[in-house]
Amino acid sequence: MILVTLPYFLMFEFSLHPYLTVDKIGGPEDAYTLKNYVTLFNNTIHFGVFLRTILASAFVTLLCLVLCYPMAFFLAKIVAPKNAATLFLLLLIPFWVNEILRSFAWFIILSYQGPLNAALVGIGLIERPIRWLTGPNGVIVGLVYTYLLFMLLPIYNSIQSLDSNQIEAAEDLGSPLWRTHWRVVMPHAKPGIASGCVMVFMLSAGSIIVPSLLGSPGTRWFTEIIQQWFFEGQDWNQGSAYAFLLLIMCTGFVMLMMRLLRVRLADIAK
Amino acid sequence: MSEDVQLDKVCMDFGSFRAVDNVDVTIQAGEFFSFLGPSGCGKTTILRMVSGFIDPTEGAVRIGGRDMRGTRPNQRPTALIFQNLALFPLMPVWENIAFGLEVRGVDRATRRQRAEELLRLVALHNAADKTVGQLSGGQKQRVAIARALAVEPKVMLLDEPLSALDLKLRQHMRSELRTIQKRTNVTFIYITHDQGEALAMSDRVGIMSHGVLQQVGTPQKIYNHPANGFVASFVGENNVFPGRVIASDRGAGRIETAFGTFHARLGPAISQGMMAKLYVRPEHTILGADPGGEANALPVEVSEVAFEGNFVNVHARGEVGGAYMAQVRNEPSMALPDVGRRLHLSFGRDAGVVLADEAAPRH
Repeated sequence: MILVTLPYFLMFEFSLHPYLTVDKIGGPEDAYTLKNYVTLFNNTIHFGVFLRTILASAFVTLLCLVLCYPMAFFLAKIVAPKNAATLFLLLLIPFWVNEILRSFAWFIILSYQGPLNAALVGIGLIERPIRWLTGPNGVIVGLVYTYLLFMLLPIYNSIQSLDSNQIEAAEDLGSPLWRTHWRVVMPHAKPGIASGCVMVFMLSAGSIIVPSLLGSPGTRWFTEIIQQWFFEGQDWNQGSAYAFLLLIMCTGFVMLMMRLLRVRLADIAK
Repeated sequence: MSEDVQLDKVCMDFGSFRAVDNVDVTIQAGEFFSFLGPSGCGKTTILRMVSGFIDPTEGAVRIGGRDMRGTRPNQRPTALIFQNLALFPLMPVWENIAFGLEVRGVDRATRRQRAEELLRLVALHNAADKTVGQLSGGQKQRVAIARALAVEPKVMLLDEPLSALDLKLRQHMRSELRTIQKRTNVTFIYITHDQGEALAMSDRVGIMSHGVLQQVGTPQKIYNHPANGFVASFVGENNVFPGRVIASDRGAGRIETAFGTFHARLGPAISQGMMAKLYVRPEHTILGADPGGEANALPVEVSEVAFEGNFVNVHARGEVGGAYMAQVRNEPSMALPDVGRRLHLSFGRDAGVVLADEAAPRH
């Protein structure tokens, strides 16, 4: 417990001190201050990066949800349990490869002269290669791929616990497929959807490897700024403050979304 | 309004397993029809074919004369009540009932009003805003019925809906279901393995075994004139004597068994020389100190006496072998026979019937 929490307390303590040269540490200027926290709101570039990170992470989460809900339903209710195990294995195996390799793989796939463009040009779908890795595209593709399972598994679990008779009952009462999902399956799967969304959002906003490999020069991720403060600026105080701000703001954003979507914290813990 | 359901030489195969074999029966509009049989006899498969979750491998299901092949459950004029009821636990009671109307685009106020009407029909007042979890077993049952009735089905399909209830409630719900059926005049197809339910509620009963429809008839006909040995032994109790028919004359005859030769009625397609079994209902037997004036009698020794309330089951061992049961109506003045007492079990020449075994699948 101490080993886990102690570093956080230390970082929190750092974040409240000004950045000083070694000889001044412990001197009269070394007093508690919120200056480091205010920096973000005075620096429009950093704040812009921060907002874009939150929005892009939200978009990644949405994309994951749209991809995973049908997959989870298919695995939980349509495919025979025997085959579901095989499909799960196929989904899991790529995750045994580490994140850096997987991100590099996407970097290669999406590059201007990479296999995706070659294939698309080859089958005549596009005339000339497309620059996929401009803007936030690369990061979004990479993050969706990296955190797909964190969305899929909780949704799968919650759909699996739904009594299949309820789906049939809805259909028997005349319900079209979409309404059965909207009124019966999704309300039941809400805790799974919510916990999947929270995980993917938090992990995406806090990701560093994927954005640094797949990001284009114009789109920095907020974690990259934090890293710069720590290791390029050597300003641990400022870096800690930014790290805490990211945590606080992400939590706030999640809470806000939960309020809007009427999800309770207890649902997620289920 | 209701419609008839025609099962026209219906077969259903699951891989190499034939779950339903050549079932051919027409259920009349407004009829309360039960399929009765042990688990695994194919009765639930029949229900799923009528509701549209599966289509028969061979033959046709027609509702109101229309072939239903390819019509999905949400397009059929049927409503199914599931064995576990499958109510929607996240919706309040009234939304459960009105779900079928919501699907049909009925506005909220009308839905609410209709749900409350249906709740009154099933005698569940003031339950509209409760959650499903707050209801008792019997109340859930009524909500399921109301939910199915809300879509005004032509045919109502019930898959052992009373099996989860305790005995008292089950008996109460039997008459309730019957009343609702008569009041709404919807065709009811009821699936059960409980002969008491089937006999008490139905206009007609179809007895199923191994996917084959063994007999269709009124409850009285099924009980008193079973078509074969399976029907006789599945519906009610019997004393069974296997043997060979040695005489046959216009529906009556004699059967020679290891325990004696008996006079009896002969069932359908029973002729002289056939191996068959004699079935005698316990309530059609007489226990007496001497053989009495009946056509058949055999000496027995009382092995167990079970007092059931309105009647008494006397179990006995035959002196030549075999185990028998006689059922005697309870009278306040009656003295129960002692265990070990030697008596005679006798029955009239019309009391027993000789029957062949069940109708086998065609292949």
